[in-house]
Amino acid sequence: MDEMQIVVNGETLTLDPGGAAWWPAHGTLIFSDIHFEKGSSYARFGQHLPPYDTRTALNRMVVLAARYAPTRIIALGDSFHDKDGADRLGERERGILFALGRSAEWIWIEGNHDPAPPAWLGGTVTSEIRVGGLLFRHEPSPTHIPGEVAGHLHPCATVTRHGRSLRRRCFVSDGHRLVLPAFGAYAGGLDIREAAVRALFPTRYLAYLLGARRVYAAAAA
Amino acid sequence: MLQTLFEPAAPAAVLPPAFARWFAERGWSPRAHQLALIEHAAAGESVLLVAPTGGGKTLAGFLPSLIDLAEQPARRSRSLHTLYISPLKALAVDVARNLETPVAEMGLPVRIETRTGDTPPGRRQRQKHLPPDILLTTPEQLSLLVASREAPRLFGKLRAVVLDELHAIANSKRGDLLSLGLARLQALAPAHRRVGLSATVADPVYLQRFLVPQPMQGEALSALVMGAAGAVPEIAISASDEYVPWAGHLARHAMGDVMNAIRASKTALVFVNTRSQAERTFQELWRINEDNLPIALHHGSLAPEQRRKVEAAMTRGQLRAVVCTSTLDLGIDWGAVDRVICLGAPKGAARLVQRIGRANHRLDEPSRALLVPANRFEVLECEAARDAVLAGELDGEAQRKGGLDVLAQHVLGTAVAAPFNADDLFAQVKSAAPYRELARGDFDRVAEFVATGGYALKSYDRYAKLRRTPEGMWRISHPRVAQQYRLNAGVIVEDPMLDIRMQSKGKPLGAGGRVLGRMEEYFLETLAPGDTFVFSGDVLRFEGIRENAAFVTRTHDPEAQIPSYNGGKFPLSTFLAMRVREMIADPAKWGALPNPVGEWLRIQEYRSIVPGPGQLLVETFPRGSRRYLVCYPFEGRLAHQTLGMLLTRRLERLRMKPLGFLANEYALAIWTLGDMRGLDMDRLFDEDMLGDDLDAWLAESALYKRTFRNCAIISGLIERKRPGQEKTGRQVTFSSDLIYDVLREHEPDHILLRATYEDAATGLLDVARLAAMLKRVKGRIVLKNLDRVSPLAVPALLEISKEMVAGEAHEEILRESEEALVKEAMRLG
Repeated sequence: MDEMQIVVNGETLTLDPGGAAWWPAHGTLIFSDIHFEKGSSYARFGQHLPPYDTRTALNRMVVLAARYAPTRIIALGDSFHDKDGADRLGERERGILFALGRSAEWIWIEGNHDPAPPAWLGGTVTSEIRVGGLLFRHEPSPTHIPGEVAGHLHPCATVTRHGRSLRRRCFVSDGHRLVLPAFGAYAGGLDIREAAVRALFPTRYLAYLLGARRVYAAAAA
Repeated sequence: MLQTLFEPAAPAAVLPPAFARWFAERGWSPRAHQLALIEHAAAGESVLLVAPTGGGKTLAGFLPSLIDLAEQPARRSRSLHTLYISPLKALAVDVARNLETPVAEMGLPVRIETRTGDTPPGRRQRQKHLPPDILLTTPEQLSLLVASREAPRLFGKLRAVVLDELHAIANSKRGDLLSLGLARLQALAPAHRRVGLSATVADPVYLQRFLVPQPMQGEALSALVMGAAGAVPEIAISASDEYVPWAGHLARHAMGDVMNAIRASKTALVFVNTRSQAERTFQELWRINEDNLPIALHHGSLAPEQRRKVEAAMTRGQLRAVVCTSTLDLGIDWGAVDRVICLGAPKGAARLVQRIGRANHRLDEPSRALLVPANRFEVLECEAARDAVLAGELDGEAQRKGGLDVLAQHVLGTAVAAPFNADDLFAQVKSAAPYRELARGDFDRVAEFVATGGYALKSYDRYAKLRRTPEGMWRISHPRVAQQYRLNAGVIVEDPMLDIRMQSKGKPLGAGGRVLGRMEEYFLETLAPGDTFVFSGDVLRFEGIRENAAFVTRTHDPEAQIPSYNGGKFPLSTFLAMRVREMIADPAKWGALPNPVGEWLRIQEYRSIVPGPGQLLVETFPRGSRRYLVCYPFEGRLAHQTLGMLLTRRLERLRMKPLGFLANEYALAIWTLGDMRGLDMDRLFDEDMLGDDLDAWLAESALYKRTFRNCAIISGLIERKRPGQEKTGRQVTFSSDLIYDVLREHEPDHILLRATYEDAATGLLDVARLAAMLKRVKGRIVLKNLDRVSPLAVPALLEISKEMVAGEAHEEILRESEEALVKEAMRLG
């Protein structure tokens, strides 16, 4: 498999087509914006979306955890779609999540949707954490912080070829900072041409689109 | 046959004196079908009137109601007497206006009102409590009205329902919705009768069945009255013995003929099949419009105000021509229109009759039409369509089964009106003709879907929209559910659209500007900044997309690329396809064709063969470094596209290395690296391709996901609007694709995926038609291995292909984008 490796502030990361980043030097796997129980959040108000989004995300997380065998897992916030999300987890999903939680050291970054992930998950809850040359937080900061790895924006990019266009979730980086794609099955996307994304990158930046089996780089603008 | 043939009854016997006087004063005598409808009404019978335009059809529909109302001037309490339903709100408004004339002239005590999406809330409220005698409305408003608490009182004394342009609506999702609304009306007002008004159709039985409640066993049909046939239309075909293009749809070579026809007319309607064709034709006509004749443009993407301006100018008789799409197939009768010009393929005989009818205002005068084929195949199609129309033969549409997504919406609406018993509702739904074959199991699954999503995982029971009472009734769980239903009712789903806005000069992208109209997002997404296209009669430069708008600037680039944006992609009808196949197969008919077309077929016969009417010709030949396979099923682009996807999968497995394919209305061409001469064509075209291959392709197909999105919206799984906010089309699409993926992975048998499949099979993928074709040609495939391209294959090869091989196509796009980036990075200087 062609691995997509990029360097962010001197640290080498592998971008996985499953939508997570792998940091081999620190045995760390990074997810962002998982939005567990987004489906049931809508169901509460009468939109009965298929109740399988949490299961889908967990299945993919288990596959990635098996592939990389991380010692540490960082979730970059908005891990739950809302603050009651954890209470609505199905029994099976709760079991898988519990086991995943015990398989590595977890760091739960607080997001705007889930200010406080539930205590039973274990792990550390914090608003940001610095490890090596990287700073992990939920929302990218408006000022330029070298090594910042964040989520929140749910970046998506569109490529056009032969009169056909294709929209995919993507990582975005200029080599100084990195924004991860949303991991959640029902998480929507923000086009990287929008001002909220462009404002983060004063110079040229690249999108890394999630393909079926590998990640593809594309010019962002 | 239930057709009732009336002796020309003495008008006096049927018409009350006041009405007879009114006819006489105007110098009219009532037509036989008008009198026939009065007699059927007197007998309390529902009846379908099939008559061409210009036969006083609408008046015929209302006369019995007016007579009835005139005879009971002292109706004690105001109640709704007659409900009229039209597919177009503009038509409802126009009919209301026309109806006022006889009412005023006879001094009848009849109050007439319309109710559409534009009716102010105050009046709508009043209409429920103090209804008019006659209410004119649309199918959407009917479903909202029957879902209201006031429905029993409002419709309790209803005597008649008039369904206008029934042929245009019955066989569609709006028809499903209408049939369910009527089934509910039947329960509210068991004594009412119905009148269906229809243009000439191949199979009136379908509409006769639609009109009346169906019994649990067998079928019921309404009575049928056939109006006198109109004068035979005069149909000319513009085709030159000098030059007929091989391919293309723009008919640029014939614009002089079109302009001359406009000059020779008072007012002409110029019909085309797509919006991009409308734009291009409009431009071409103005290029040669030396007399500056007022020629306007009308299509579904233009801003509504602009369309209304054109319509108003037509009504005032200020225009000499309007270039239009199917948006003007139906609608207000413009007296000034005396010629219809149809550019491109007619697609179907019934559609052609409908369009030609727009130039017909009096039964005894022939309507005049000019057909302008844009290429050789279209010449054949125009000839076949003219023959069919003159012979009075029309295409019968495949009759759809009622959609399960529409049923879901109706079930929710029923609960909103009042708690219901499932057995009763099931019986009521089955009385609607499109649902007469509905299985109880499917009905129950739809009800479960409405209540809790209908998932195997019962996690949403606590969030149910419908709950069962101890007495076994289903009721809504919360008043909010009713509000959500009312906000989202209706079955017309737009593709995700973006506004087209002018970009302000010298301002950052996204600062702007006037809205010119709306276009499909999936087209705009394929443009790169700097691309040009024609819209609203202007050449525009695409600047970029911001938020929910595409920003453009005006440009004068003469080489504007013409977008292939859609809007009315009807496939060639099965019936017309059959007639084209028959015409090609009969060399005796070639003499009547323009010289280049006849010659084309003769050389085809010499170089390859011309297939017989029941045969499928498959040709293979090498060209450049590629091998081509071209077949000619004549089943329309949608079915060919599906066939192309499935065949390339098979060819991939046979190691033929398919590179791409293109589908048009008549043919399918596939090119490969491998040599296909030795293939067993009977195996390759075997029906079993509709099994696993189809299934695997559906998982990835963008068309299929669009179908799912429509079903998800109509069924209420995804809401278009929530109280206080409206989801834009963009947001809806993106999330519906995610929902589709998750649902397909975890619950492939879900009822909504069933609804999607049934919809796509007759809709965007036309699987049903493909299946019929594969069956038809079994054992009748004729293979010709040629050493070079055949004449019949040329049009297909000339068309630009945008399709790539299925499956890997997505990754291919990503890979090529990346390569372009690498090239850019590695370039020295």
